[in-house]
Amino acid sequence: MTASSTSLSAPVARPSRRSAGPRTAGTTRSTRTSLRARDRSGYLFVAPFAAATGLFLLWPTIYGLWMSFTDQSLTATGSSFIGFDNYVEAFSDPQVWTTLWHTVWFTVLSTVPLIVVALVMALLVHTGLPGQWVWRMSFFAPFLLTSAVVSSLASWLFQPEIGLLDVWLAKLGLGPVGWLTDENVAMFSIAFVTVWWTVGFNFLLYLAALQGIPQQQYEAATIDGAGGWRRLFSITLPQLKTITGVIVVLQLLASLKVFDQIYLLTAGGPNGSTRPILEYVYDTGFTNYRLGYASAISYVFFALILVFTLVRLLPTKKEA
Amino acid sequence: MSVAESVSTMVAGRRSTAQQARAENRTLTKLTIGPSPWVRAAALAALVVMAVLWLLPLAWGAVTSFKHEAEAALPASWWPAQGWTLDAYRQVLGNSELLGWMWNSLVVALLVTALTVLISAMAAFAFSQTVFKGRGLLQFLTVASIMMPGQILIVPLFKQMQAMGLVDTFAGIVLPQVVAPVMVFILKRFFDAIPTELLDAARIDGAGTWRLFWTIVLPLSRSILVAVAIFVFIGAWNNFLWPFIVTTDPQFMTLPVGLSTVKNAYGVQYAQNMASAMIAALPLLVVFMLFQRRIVQGVATTGMGGQ
Repeated sequence: MTASSTSLSAPVARPSRRSAGPRTAGTTRSTRTSLRARDRSGYLFVAPFAAATGLFLLWPTIYGLWMSFTDQSLTATGSSFIGFDNYVEAFSDPQVWTTLWHTVWFTVLSTVPLIVVALVMALLVHTGLPGQWVWRMSFFAPFLLTSAVVSSLASWLFQPEIGLLDVWLAKLGLGPVGWLTDENVAMFSIAFVTVWWTVGFNFLLYLAALQGIPQQQYEAATIDGAGGWRRLFSITLPQLKTITGVIVVLQLLASLKVFDQIYLLTAGGPNGSTRPILEYVYDTGFTNYRLGYASAISYVFFALILVFTLVRLLPTKKEA
Repeated sequence: MSVAESVSTMVAGRRSTAQQARAENRTLTKLTIGPSPWVRAAALAALVVMAVLWLLPLAWGAVTSFKHEAEAALPASWWPAQGWTLDAYRQVLGNSELLGWMWNSLVVALLVTALTVLISAMAAFAFSQTVFKGRGLLQFLTVASIMMPGQILIVPLFKQMQAMGLVDTFAGIVLPQVVAPVMVFILKRFFDAIPTELLDAARIDGAGTWRLFWTIVLPLSRSILVAVAIFVFIGAWNNFLWPFIVTTDPQFMTLPVGLSTVKNAYGVQYAQNMASAMIAALPLLVVFMLFQRRIVQGVATTGMGGQ
């Protein structure tokens, strides 16, 4: 309590704000305790968020875990504990592995172009060429569309015979392609649509990073006689390494959670060839009413996501 | 160049900023790709090609929506032989619940945004500028819950909503969406930069914590709050999975969910399909055109999840 008055009279001695972060909350009492230490209302401020998180995040997490050990059904009220039966079933269920594979395959197919195309767009826009407003709008606009609109537009483009793509192919003398109906093509079409839809987001992240590169570096390089390509490869791209790492992980996490556009474009078809794991969870729980089993599959999927998330958190800690 | 400059001086209002931006862009061009007109032309050509490709699906959808239904199903032509018509729009607006769903989406997205920003800012303020027992633990839980993907919770959350009687209600759609631990994290980082001296001075003057929050912290943080709000709003407006799970009554459906149910009902009514897609797309596109700079900044600062 006495410390509070000292720190007020000698504000210079206060350590930087960074060190006043979460880790030092309980230990800095002797060196710095401003008036905020006597402020007991923190509880009240955190309460609404804590309540919402507890009710709509933590509780369902625990409840779902419990459910995965039961034979809970959507229609019946009661359920009984069946131990690891759901997990045993999940690991020997070929549909779990197939849909998990579809999810990973989609992630691979979509992530690479979502990074490369976004980078190319950002580099081109960052040249400062006229029309900045138009470029930004064109590349980012699809991101503002909801999945239902995106799939309406896409299924119209992909329409057999009369869709724009098939009509153009026909003009080139090429046969119609079963964009969404051919098992070998459908996932590529979906990845293609996804790139068109969401690349604008990564584009903006790259653009922001590019704008953060100090111009003096370019000026110095120009004076040294470095050409445009040289500046691209020795200044611009090296500076984008960190951000690329972050965007890749964010993109992997986003792609793994794919559901909307696949459900709306092909409903997992043709012949189940594009069904992602989240759709299998949905089908199991809400079409076949097996909530317990659906929860178990969710947790198997969660384990996969967790691996990627932990990878994401590692570099963050090092930087901070 | 001088023409562009003289034109820009004629434009009233933000002319100096526009000029400044243009000058900056010219410097940038010089610094990134150099003075060669060929390189510039190539870069510009690449931009034009990509922009056309990216706008093409929207343009094609728009053209289709203004065709007569009979012509829309004929192989692609950009210029309709039977002339332009608003028939599809009349049909869609007259016969479907599109406007109702849009209203629902607006209400849901606004509620989600307001509640998320409010409770996240309050929590971030508590973590950043107050001391209380268990703060460390709560912060740890918040960071840990960033890792929890909401998608895997659809099954238990639905059962819970059933038990709470919130299926087919706005509360059921909105409440699970207001938990955004990553936003708390982003805001806390921003609040951390507010000088403690400033808050202490206000405390000495007898300001209560609520007043500190409301009259000092929030006004100082307007830019980040707007960024977070924009990000949350876009996400809530476009969210499909959760509203799709928790609503079965068309009366409570949001736009994405409603549209997805109507697709099959229309069958092969391409012009009508495209008309409803255009109507659904319009609000956010218009908002984006009006506030482009703000939105671009907001997405960029918030999108990285505070990294």
